Amino acid sequence: MKIVLQDLTKTFPGRSKKEPSEVVAVDHFNFEIPDGKLIGLLGPSGCGKSTTLNLLCGLLSPTDGRILFGDEDVTALPPERRGVGMVFQNYALYPHLTVRQNILFPLQNLKGKDKLTKSAMNERAKTAARLVQIEELMERRPAELSGGQQQRVAIARALVKMPRVLLLDEPLSNLDARLRLQTREEIRRIQQETKITTVFVTHDQDEAMSISDLIVVMCKGVVQQIGKPQDVYDDPANLFVAKFLGTPPINVFSGKVCSEQLLIGENAVLTVPDVPDQEVLVGIRPEGFIPTPDGPLCCTFEGVEVMGRDISVVSNHVNSENASIRSIITAETPIDTTAKTIRFSLKPSKVFLFEKESGKRIRFPKAE
Amino acid sequence: MEKKSFKAWLYLLPAILFLGFFLVYPLIDVFIYSFEEGYNSASQTYYGIGWYNYSYVLHDPYFLQAIKNTFLLVIITVPLSTLLALLISAALSSIKPLRRAFQTIYFLPYVTNTLAVGLVFMILFKKTPYTDGLINLMLAWFGAGPVDFIDGPYWAKMFVLCFYTIWVVMPFKILILTGALASVDQSYYNAARVDGTSRFRIFMRITLPMISPMIFYLVITGFIGAFKAYSDAVALFGTNLNAAGMNTIVGYVYDMLYGEGGGYPSYASAAAILLFIIVLTITCINLLVSRRKVYYGKANN
Amino acid sequence: MEKQTTDYQKTIRAERQQGVLRNILVYVLLFLWAVIVLFPFYWMLLTSVKSYGSYNAEHTPSFFTLHPTLQNYQDAFTAVPLGRYLANTVFFTVVTTAAMLLVITLAAFAFARLKFTGKNLTFTLFLSLMMIPNELVIITNFVTITNLNMRNTFSGLILPSITSVFYIYLLKENFEQVPDELYRAAKVDGTSDLKYLLRVLMPICRPTLITVTILKVIECWNSYVWPRLITDDPNYYLVSNGIQEIRENGFGRENIPAMMAAVVVISAPLIVLFLVFRNKVMAGVSRGGIKG
Repeated sequence: MKIVLQDLTKTFPGRSKKEPSEVVAVDHFNFEIPDGKLIGLLGPSGCGKSTTLNLLCGLLSPTDGRILFGDEDVTALPPERRGVGMVFQNYALYPHLTVRQNILFPLQNLKGKDKLTKSAMNERAKTAARLVQIEELMERRPAELSGGQQQRVAIARALVKMPRVLLLDEPLSNLDARLRLQTREEIRRIQQETKITTVFVTHDQDEAMSISDLIVVMCKGVVQQIGKPQDVYDDPANLFVAKFLGTPPINVFSGKVCSEQLLIGENAVLTVPDVPDQEVLVGIRPEGFIPTPDGPLCCTFEGVEVMGRDISVVSNHVNSENASIRSIITAETPIDTTAKTIRFSLKPSKVFLFEKESGKRIRFPKAE
Repeated sequence: MEKKSFKAWLYLLPAILFLGFFLVYPLIDVFIYSFEEGYNSASQTYYGIGWYNYSYVLHDPYFLQAIKNTFLLVIITVPLSTLLALLISAALSSIKPLRRAFQTIYFLPYVTNTLAVGLVFMILFKKTPYTDGLINLMLAWFGAGPVDFIDGPYWAKMFVLCFYTIWVVMPFKILILTGALASVDQSYYNAARVDGTSRFRIFMRITLPMISPMIFYLVITGFIGAFKAYSDAVALFGTNLNAAGMNTIVGYVYDMLYGEGGGYPSYASAAAILLFIIVLTITCINLLVSRRKVYYGKANN
Repeated sequence: MEKQTTDYQKTIRAERQQGVLRNILVYVLLFLWAVIVLFPFYWMLLTSVKSYGSYNAEHTPSFFTLHPTLQNYQDAFTAVPLGRYLANTVFFTVVTTAAMLLVITLAAFAFARLKFTGKNLTFTLFLSLMMIPNELVIITNFVTITNLNMRNTFSGLILPSITSVFYIYLLKENFEQVPDELYRAAKVDGTSDLKYLLRVLMPICRPTLITVTILKVIECWNSYVWPRLITDDPNYYLVSNGIQEIRENGFGRENIPAMMAAVVVISAPLIVLFLVFRNKVMAGVSRGGIKG
């Protein structure tokens, strides 16, 4: 099922008498989610991603704009008529019901022509349980399950009514690190098996990048960028997106462009064709640094962190906006750890320019 | 180490003294009293040990009347007040405007003097030679004849007593139940809504099981409280409850101890112990029933 | 598809109407109960400002009065010793509450912070005392106080109500939530146990102490059974007994407006206390249990 969001806007009235101005949680969101894809809504807390999810499932109704599932306008429909399955952040499994009863619960709500026979319900529940591999847990209560198992039950409960759209709110945030890796693969597998259009919300970029077909980066209610994870990483639309994606984070310098030369401090580090003279912010991915004895960027050397296959060189520069500069290089590269300074040359494809005030990306043709 | 212990006991001393003197000793003593036959409070003598006090109390028509009154009161008020409180709390939880005001109003009976407001109820319900009273005026609007609720037929008096008891116990129940309802995680309701669950089904299948421990707590405390009813009855019918035929078990105990027919601590003790046994039995039955019916959360699994 | 959407719209409209209807029902129910709760209060205020003559002239009670009078309040204080009852009750309430706070704070502190042999056993015994119903022990207490010749004295009234196992328990739980580190830090600084209790623990646990105080004040103000057993001299009556006395012997039986004035005077202090400390009272009661 294709999902179309047209100018979707949601404002909340001011929280208290002290701040009476209304809060714009989602601001003119336009997007078309292709059928059968896994979409990650990504952003820091308070960016409007959960609000967007609640708008999609109908728990909130938008202030403005439309939501279409396929060709059908569902904007005014209550949640139960939208055919959505939702997995809540804390799973919201009914603690007094067994796993089976939990999974059956949505089916027992069906009325009229949709009503199922007992055996049909059990069959559907069994199929859903098999899909998430919890068949042997059916008679347990949620409290007797691990976090990962609860997550599966919640997914089974969302899938059992065969929704047109599956929504997951921070599906991994309540799991420990090991389970997270495992569960995100699981979500990917389930999504690919069912081919249900799936939207999930997360603040963790690793999570979003690793399993999404498309990611939507949001900030303060405004969509910053939409695209395939690698594309967004390689070609961020603005400083916020560049900073938000990637570990270690991107290194930001203040610099300026002077007759098509990019200057960080006094050093011309890169040729930037067709960019008018101005003050800029320079973002350099950690993997964009190449230690070169006569490289143009000279930094004070602070140390080396060994990470196995790679090493991370920690250095600093007066124009750095970060507390320190981290660059990732292969462990084979010889580094003189007694030196006071280290010089780098830069990979142009890993260097991004942004307007100083607005943080907007300034593009320039890359020679490489 | 010893000195430390000594200091700690010093802190406990006042509490232990008071509790020992006014709680532990009387507890033992009341059992002794209840078996001392023919105790004379003036000379503090008795002439035998045995079950006579119990037998006397159990054959006393006033006691039997008190048992009947108390049981009726319990059976009528506990379920009714709990259901009503559930209804009102659910209604209260579903609104935003005026909720605080309603909550404040509903709590008022808790902080009022039972005796004092009981007097108001008496005046509202009483029929005197001068006036039929307000309630009878209202009954007349519906064409029902005047009834004297205070000195009239038994059912009318029982009705007033139950009505007043419910009025008095509602604040506590509403308070507890609105608290319980508010503590149910909103995401359960969201999940249920996404699944298209009807309101009625949400209430029956999610809300009720989730707050069942609190309902059960209210039923238990309600039973215990209603079995100990006394001042409500005094407020409505005056201190001579036996004459009004509206005595309760606790009232019987106090009347045996003191007042017009008083001076018999042995009978009072026997009656009090009987009351205690009744309350204990009912509480145990309640606990057994709840084992199967009440969802207690993680702790029980 | 077109038809389906209109179907949806129809059901949505129907559901909205249902919602409105339900809301109306909810508010009707809530208003009804509010009226039932408030009406006795209204009636007692109303009756208390009706003059004796006009009240007795009403064969059908009227819902308002055009000639309010404060005469009844004057009568309530002059014809019967209502002032005395009030003063007694205030004295009883203040002394009982203060004494109780002292006793339970010390005991709760010992259980929460101090180490001594037999602590767990003692605390279990204390807890088991909560099961003992008042009705059971009141008989012996009555005999004891009578034998000690303390009937019609304030000590007789006050002494048995000074301890409460439940409040010790409540306070102990609260004291235990204060981190151990504070106690150790105080010890390192050479603070004595008593000083730690007064300077650190009690200020931190003030909300609970206030809760306990409020609950105890309500309990004292409304206590009826024990005072009734232990006093028959009107000089020692508390308000509950006073009102019963007024009802049965005061004013000459039929001066109901004056009785209502007395009822208003007796009810007002706690209602004011509640309205001022609304949240504290409600929070306290929901933690602290059942009336009586």
